[in-house]
Amino acid sequence: MANILERSFPVEAGAFTTAGEASTTIKRTLKQLGVNAEVLRRVSVACYEVELNLVIHSMGGTLTLLVDPEKVTLISKDVGPGIPDIAKAMTEGYSTASAEARTLGFGAGMGLPNMKRNASEFDIQSEVGVGTTITMSFALT
Amino acid sequence: MTVQEMMTLIEAKDMTPETDKGREVSCGYTCDLLSWVMAHGAEGMAWVTVQTHMNVIAVASLMEMAAVIIPEGIEMEGPSLEKAKEEGISVLESPLTAYEICARLAANGLQGK
Repeated sequence: MANILERSFPVEAGAFTTAGEASTTIKRTLKQLGVNAEVLRRVSVACYEVELNLVIHSMGGTLTLLVDPEKVTLISKDVGPGIPDIAKAMTEGYSTASAEARTLGFGAGMGLPNMKRNASEFDIQSEVGVGTTITMSFALT
Repeated sequence: MTVQEMMTLIEAKDMTPETDKGREVSCGYTCDLLSWVMAHGAEGMAWVTVQTHMNVIAVASLMEMAAVIIPEGIEMEGPSLEKAKEEGISVLESPLTAYEICARLAANGLQGK
């Protein structure tokens, strides 16, 4: 299916001040496209979580938004460090967030579970020393 | 209950005079873990938190909340207030504790989520 829209947002590691900007722009863009409120809410939650994960855990990465007539797709791709135990990382309440991140109210261990709960389809691939790619899609119909 | 009515009830200062105080508040909530709020937030919500940084506004805006309430006389950071005005999120600073704020809102008919 041909994409109606494709946009990429670089996300810097440790940039807590600007964290959430990509998600806000993505939400605004989808709203302009007329995506319904329920889908918009689910995309927003998952998008913010994945953006924050890039800020908190990765060495930097890119968030890509793809829209086709049937679905919204979000792809988060980082350059490391990779997740050694994905099953553990997917467990609600488990977090490896830094003290700094926790002070700001992050690190509840809800990020990946929140993404999975909200996406229609969720896939995570990770290799230590290489990086992590998360692909989420949200059905529009 | 409107944001204006809520403000009076919890003796709060209006930190964002530019935002719409006539907006209806749908429900109340309190939590300081942002991911938790992302999972449980709702449109039109009034959210009580001691967190004052920019990400609070990002979460409130993504959830399309009506207001963020900062308890116990804590002050929200300047850049966060600027962001709140941009996003149309009301920020209220109250001298009361989070407990007392929620108690008053609940006693006056504002439901939890």
